[in-house]
Amino acid sequence: MKVRVKFEKTGAMKFVGHLDMMRYFQKAIRRAGIDVAFSEGFSPHMIMSFAYPLGVGMTSSGEYFDLEVNTPMSTAEMGRRFNSVMAEGVRVLSVRKIPEDKKSKGMSLVAAADYFVDFRPGLEPKQDYRKYISAFMAQPSVIMLKKTKKSLEETDIRPMIYRFEAVDNRLFLQLASGSARNLKPDLVMEAFYRYMGEEVLPFAWMIHRQEIYADMGDEKRRKLVTLESLGEIIG
Amino acid sequence: MRKLALSDEILLSVESPARYIGGEVNSVMKDPGKVDVRFAMCFPDVYEIGMSHLGIQILYDMFNQREDIWCERVYSPWPDLDQIMREKDIPLFALESQDEIRKFDFLGITIQYEMCYTNILQILDLSKIPLNAKERTWEDPLVIGGGPCVYNPEPLAPFFDMFYIGEGETVYFELMDLYKKCRKEGCSRKEFLKKAACIPGIYVPQFYEPVYREDGTLEEFQVLEEGIPEKIEKQVVMDLSDTFYPQKPVVPFIKATQDRAVLEIQRGCIRGCRFCQAGMIYRPVRERKVEYLKDLAKEILKGTGHEEISLSSLSSSDYSHLPELLDFLIDECQKTGVNISLPSLRIDAFSLDVMSKVQDVKKSSLTFAPEAGTQRLRDVINKGLTEEEILNGAGKAFEGGWTKVKLYFMLGLPTETQEDQKAIAHLADKVARRYYEIPKDRRKGKCQITVSTSFFVPKPFTPFQWASMCPEPEYLSRANTVRNEIREQLNQKSIRYNWHEADVTVLEGVLARGDRKVARVIEKAYKDGAVFDAWSEYFDYECWKQAFSETGVDPDFYTLRKRTKDECFPWDFIDAKVTKEFLWKEWERSMAGEITPNCREKCSGCGAAVLRGGVCVESKS
Repeated sequence: MKVRVKFEKTGAMKFVGHLDMMRYFQKAIRRAGIDVAFSEGFSPHMIMSFAYPLGVGMTSSGEYFDLEVNTPMSTAEMGRRFNSVMAEGVRVLSVRKIPEDKKSKGMSLVAAADYFVDFRPGLEPKQDYRKYISAFMAQPSVIMLKKTKKSLEETDIRPMIYRFEAVDNRLFLQLASGSARNLKPDLVMEAFYRYMGEEVLPFAWMIHRQEIYADMGDEKRRKLVTLESLGEIIG
Repeated sequence: MRKLALSDEILLSVESPARYIGGEVNSVMKDPGKVDVRFAMCFPDVYEIGMSHLGIQILYDMFNQREDIWCERVYSPWPDLDQIMREKDIPLFALESQDEIRKFDFLGITIQYEMCYTNILQILDLSKIPLNAKERTWEDPLVIGGGPCVYNPEPLAPFFDMFYIGEGETVYFELMDLYKKCRKEGCSRKEFLKKAACIPGIYVPQFYEPVYREDGTLEEFQVLEEGIPEKIEKQVVMDLSDTFYPQKPVVPFIKATQDRAVLEIQRGCIRGCRFCQAGMIYRPVRERKVEYLKDLAKEILKGTGHEEISLSSLSSSDYSHLPELLDFLIDECQKTGVNISLPSLRIDAFSLDVMSKVQDVKKSSLTFAPEAGTQRLRDVINKGLTEEEILNGAGKAFEGGWTKVKLYFMLGLPTETQEDQKAIAHLADKVARRYYEIPKDRRKGKCQITVSTSFFVPKPFTPFQWASMCPEPEYLSRANTVRNEIREQLNQKSIRYNWHEADVTVLEGVLARGDRKVARVIEKAYKDGAVFDAWSEYFDYECWKQAFSETGVDPDFYTLRKRTKDECFPWDFIDAKVTKEFLWKEWERSMAGEITPNCREKCSGCGAAVLRGGVCVESKS
């Protein structure tokens, strides 16, 4: 049975990198006594894959990994077991059964992600940033130097910004994500600062990933659904 | 949620910020208002190294079982953070509470190797604790040292309030209770230390003073206060199956050097290699009961989720229930996909069979530690491993599909000649030849023999405590001899050679057998920038040379001088339960090339039998 685990990563856990989170969950799975499936071969490893790595320094309430388990168990029971062995700052939010086929893999489904950006006290933009938002989004293109696998390339990032809004005292961003097109929130913030004509101060903002989506729409229309909603609860 | 001592900005600017955040699985949180004693346990090196150390995990668990004590951990801030802490005047903190170390009652430092001595000063300095113990007040923690290096604590004497000589499981609670009582009664720090000095195993250096002769050697070791014992007896746990052992050791977020569950199967070693300090100071050999270990293994794996378990001991093959324990582990671990790692096994039919079950033969390598190239020199050091055993073991391994062999040697051993050095190359070649004797169709390509040499450093409480070291240039020339001889061998293309740096060796030699005068050098070197000396990228030999010359301490006095039978050594006030007479007898036998049988074959009368335990009382049937 394949399951998708959604978890949050908060507080000091933001300093634990992606590879270490994988190691963390490998050990947590053993502590929780979840009967996970292993690959074949002389050095078998757990069949698990993370949907979308989270950078060091970021918190999240929507992280995902898929896991193959041998002994079926209710998804609620699995969640309970996980949460009985977690470190402070990591909490499993849901466990759901997902289809076995390859195209249902979380990693290949990732299409977009939501982020909240908070300014550190004292390091907010000098101007009222809210009034620049609609004009910033109205630009036909936003050209930024974007890291590709090989080099830095001039790229129009505007089509990859799905939403950019002020919500209370924070910014809400919805950005294209995944292997086809991927945009990092830092780059959007740099573009926004440039548009406002302000200098980027180091550590001025904190990023929280809120959710990860798959795109169930067609070429004409995006239809974003959370990775969680593609799984089903098993009682 | 815990508040961290360091800001996001700092943590995001340093390498591996998770080193400093605490909060790991199985780390212990308590309410500081509800404990009487706060103990900061320190391993003075970087987190990944410190978290791999079993001793701290044992004591951490032991202390935290008491409701009135909260034991936390602290490690050396890496140079990137060290610099920021100094610039921003941030005091060193413990991982769990993130509170300042200076607020603690105790700062316990485990001292595992000489090259961490400057890191100890870094810890004190960053904690804003005066380096000199005599300048401390009740505003400062009591700084207590433990671990193997405290069998000669003298080079560090001025920096510590106390040393704990021996195994931590025995008198720590007694010390904590005394501390609680003294603080309640309003004792002065000195009054407390005087009482502490009367607990067996506790050495308070400020109550002792070395008196030197004109030639620089010790005349005597004076006790300055009345009622303080002259000799400090090492502490030993006699029943290792009824003591503290963490079932839920702390599991780091980042990958520690030893990222696995550790099962200590026994303490001590029956072999009596004459260079080995651990083999002497941990006498007598004491085994843990196999049933106890089986339960422990299951619990630790369950409590940590580690994917690998490793047996720990000085010589695992000598554990009397090894086959039973391994059968159990193989069975248990196969069910759960846990790997077993087996260090320090003698290579024979049994161990090869076990290893073929738990390792990938194609990838793993076999390790032999002949330590010396010729039988003559192996007899001198009492390393009971013959060429025949090595070639037989390697042969069986090659036939079983292994192609990689590692050979460990020491250079600079007493009586070593050029012939002994060259014989290292010859032995490596013979191992390779053994491989190529196998018909081509039954072996897989080439074999890979890796020869590594380290330089021998004489240690206190070994028969070689009387030995002189080589002049510095001599070390690299010996390594060159080995390298050149390897190039002359028929199978040189199958042999790789690694050797250690020589300058660290000389310094390690000074610190290992140093006296209190050496403390000045350590302090000077630290103040001039020496820190992380165990890391080749940070080791600055020039800084140390300068410190020696400015303090007027001659390193040759500690390394090159010939020591006589009757010399009073700086560590002679410690009763390690292995007598000086025995060590001298072993030194003489060594010079005569005579081997000494191991503890199970025949008691050699080392003195440890007074402890009435372990191998000394095993039935010899």
